[in-house]
Amino acid sequence: MNCKEISRIASQAMDRPLTLRERVSVWLHLGICDPCRNFVSQLRLLRAVLKQQSHHAENDEKVVLSHSAREAIRETLHQH
Amino acid sequence: MRSMDTTMNQDSDCNPNDWLNEHGDYLYRFALVRLRDTHLAEDAVQETLLAALKNSSSFTGKSSARTWLTGILKHKIVDLIRHAQKEQPLYEDDPAEEMMEPGMDEFFDDTGHWAEKPSSLGDPARLMEQQQFWHILQNCLDRLPKKLARLFMLREIEEEDNETICKELEITATNAWVMLYRSRMGLRKCVEMHWAERGVHDKTLDS
Repeated sequence: MNCKEISRIASQAMDRPLTLRERVSVWLHLGICDPCRNFVSQLRLLRAVLKQQSHHAENDEKVVLSHSAREAIRETLHQH
Repeated sequence: MRSMDTTMNQDSDCNPNDWLNEHGDYLYRFALVRLRDTHLAEDAVQETLLAALKNSSSFTGKSSARTWLTGILKHKIVDLIRHAQKEQPLYEDDPAEEMMEPGMDEFFDDTGHWAEKPSSLGDPARLMEQQQFWHILQNCLDRLPKKLARLFMLREIEEEDNETICKELEITATNAWVMLYRSRMGLRKCVEMHWAERGVHDKTLDS
């Protein structure tokens, strides 16, 4: 398999278990291909950073509903 | 601070009128992270509180009000993403594109080798802590088509598996893999480019 095919399977590996055949193909390819190894590391890094920073962002108390949005929601809730 | 929060939460757990005050901001941030749009996030909070009000009898107090409300919000977010997806299909520009792994030609040459080889970004543990890296990543997320970015966020930060997400969004697994692949390819290229440029700028400033 070439880099294009490997990159597609490496992306799917983030979302589903690979077949044995696919795992062997990716493993063999990564053994000889630095760019694809970097690609896989980057995908894992993106996921790790997104998970961590999203968790921070959910708890960042500086980010709040705007006054107008809050009042609009309050108004809507009162009507129900 | 923590103990005061807990006391307040206990008081407001059974009182729908306090849910906006107590949990509105948290719900908003939770939605904003996933929807990447302030107005949609506000809508999601409102929809969540309305649904909670209507179904307040189903709140048993077994979990905290926040956990219960967040559960409702998750469904609202998925609803919003699904509706947006239907109104504006991913491949509206060129339906034929879907058949041939859209947009991948810019990343590879005719023989299937990288047109621009991915390089190492550096020590993952350090990058995780760098605010600048996070800013670049966010900017790059905002450059992705919104529906790609939202599916990608949903997939990357939720614990749910791909199958569940596909069922909820009413898309096929194959479709999701294509969209996620496309998101990752675009995102990693954008991040790598801007991270490298940042290096250049820093060096310029240093010298």
